[in-house]
Amino acid sequence: MNPLIVGEDIWKVYRVGDVEVQALRGVSVTIEQGEFVAIMGSSGSGKSTLMNILGCLDQPTKGQYRLNGVEVGQLRPDQLAEIRNQQIGFVFQSFNLIPRTSALENAQLPLFYRGLSLKEQRTLASAALQRVGLKGREHHSPTQLSGGQQQRVAIARALVTSPSLLLADEPTGNLDTESSQDIMGILEGLNRDGMTVILVTHEVDIAAYASREIVVKDGQILSDRATKGRSQVVGA
Amino acid sequence: MLAFVWLTVITALRVLGRNRLRAGLTMLGIIIGVGAVIAMVSIGEGAKQAVQKQIATMGTNVIMIWPSYMTIGGVRGAQGGAVTLTVADALELKKRIPILSETGWLIRSTMQIVNGNRNWNGPVHGVSPSYVTIRDWSFSSGGSFTQTDMESAARVALLGQTVVENIFEPGEEPVGAIIRIKNVPFRVIGVLSPKGQSVQGSDQDDVVFIPFTTAERKVFGTLFLGSVGGVFVSTERTEDLVDAAEQIRQVMRARHRLQGEQPDDFTIRTQVEIGKVQEGTSETLTVMLMIIASVSLLVGGIGIMNILLVSVTERTREIGIRMAVGAKRFHILIQFLIEALTLSVVGGCIGILFGVLAARLTTVIAGWPTIISSDTVAVAFVFSVVVGLFFGLYPANKAARLNPIDALRYE
Ligand SMILES: Nc1ncnc2c1ncn2[C@@H]1O[C@H](COP(=O)(O)OP(=O)(O)OP(=O)(O)O)[C@@H](O)[C@H]1O
Ligand SMILES: [Mg+2]
Repeated sequence: MNPLIVGEDIWKVYRVGDVEVQALRGVSVTIEQGEFVAIMGSSGSGKSTLMNILGCLDQPTKGQYRLNGVEVGQLRPDQLAEIRNQQIGFVFQSFNLIPRTSALENAQLPLFYRGLSLKEQRTLASAALQRVGLKGREHHSPTQLSGGQQQRVAIARALVTSPSLLLADEPTGNLDTESSQDIMGILEGLNRDGMTVILVTHEVDIAAYASREIVVKDGQILSDRATKGRSQVVGA
Repeated sequence: MLAFVWLTVITALRVLGRNRLRAGLTMLGIIIGVGAVIAMVSIGEGAKQAVQKQIATMGTNVIMIWPSYMTIGGVRGAQGGAVTLTVADALELKKRIPILSETGWLIRSTMQIVNGNRNWNGPVHGVSPSYVTIRDWSFSSGGSFTQTDMESAARVALLGQTVVENIFEPGEEPVGAIIRIKNVPFRVIGVLSPKGQSVQGSDQDDVVFIPFTTAERKVFGTLFLGSVGGVFVSTERTEDLVDAAEQIRQVMRARHRLQGEQPDDFTIRTQVEIGKVQEGTSETLTVMLMIIASVSLLVGGIGIMNILLVSVTERTREIGIRMAVGAKRFHILIQFLIEALTLSVVGGCIGILFGVLAARLTTVIAGWPTIISSDTVAVAFVFSVVVGLFFGLYPANKAARLNPIDALRYE
């Protein structure tokens, strides 16, 4: 089977006025289906930039990125949107829920753009909310939910389409330890069910949930190693 | 797709409902524009129909021939200089032009009309019986005079409604009464049904008809026997009017021995021409309405565009989120277009309501006739849709072209 992610010599260069910022400088990475990867590195090292490219939100300035065997670099915006909708789930540090819109409707959003019937959207979104432990909170708006709960809505939205790849950029960055543990528990469960999870974090104990750790520094991969992974420890 | 549009409409309504004041102010331009147009078109249509009714009071397929004073070398001759139109002309027309169905003539004067101790100064028309037919006069009581009355120069009279009101007591029966016109006694044999105002604005019911021969021999004291103030003819079919008018001109010119360059010494007007003049007036009105409509819709549209641009900026992050989970450009475009459409259509509908209300009020308060046609309402509706689409397109397109990363990062 093909690897899920193959990145070869990925560069990302931003231009701010006359200054050129090289956010990524030749990153090559291969991630197999079903992996749980933590990306670490200091602030400004290019982690988010990499995640955005892996998530087809952005395209590399130079280099190749193949997702499920498809070369992403040449695709048009609408084709990228299609890939994000079909294959990728996003979780952001700042939750990024649509304000004044219920948890259920937020979780429905990807299905809405997939063109499912309203009934199917509701059924799947309810199931996703139940999965993240938010049964009974379907009609709460983001302001009526705690940070941890909001992040769980975001995860429900990410998993509602059963994507093959789930990307989480500092998902616990705005949460306390207990909520962080909850969120990581959910991600761990999704990974156990076969979803590929890539996670950016600054915290060592969060990274410990993953089975592979990539460290980025100045837009390059500093180290890439398998860790024992917490799930194996728990499972043992 | 249907679910998508439906949910997008609901979202749009929710967003607008959240900023009710803002949405209301935005719609104001459209509301005023559409309302004003509906109201004014209704008033215009009402006026047009009133005019058409007035034109219909002239009769059916009527051609009028008036004497006009001779102009020699551009200088107008003295008034009443020559007798240019006669009964003989009218009879000749009837003989020579088969498409004419009726020929009538009249002579006019203003005289004192007396009944008992009441008197009234009004127009008295000496007419041929056919004139009454051509003008489609009907009777509220009694009837018209006959060819025999005409030949015997009988002293019989037909009274218009205004004259009746002025020289008879309410409830008094005019038919059979004896009135005096310039001291000559006349028996009233008919009362004319009211016709109201003429196209020129005069009261058509302020009139007394007496036989032409009676007028010229016993009342008016005409200088030249057979001279008439106007000839009225009619045709069976409206299409024949133009052709008939031309034939009349030829016959008249020949009879009056006018050669080549000499101008006509008479004026021919058909009912259709008079209608056209009125239509021209209402066309000017229509053009002005169009200008008002365009300006107000333009202003309303710009308002919508402005508020949508604000909305796009405010919701940049939301757009980013939607794109991140798979919204294509077209989805975002449709979302904002629907928002613009909701504004313009809701505004348009409110405007239609206000317009209809204003038209009704005009009728109730000012008494002007108004006509609210479904066409006007439909056109106003379509226009609000078009305005929404047109002015929504730019902001919607701007939203759809956002880069998902930049949109997500937007603070
Ligand atoms: N849109 C942009 N325009 C210009 N420079 C950018 C842009 N986005 C990122 N950068 C630059 O690219 C570099 C990498 O940024 P990135 O957001 O990937 O860092 P990060 O590793 O996610 O940091 P943090 O841990 O603080 O989130 C930084 O130097 C940043 O200033
Ligand atoms: Mg980052």
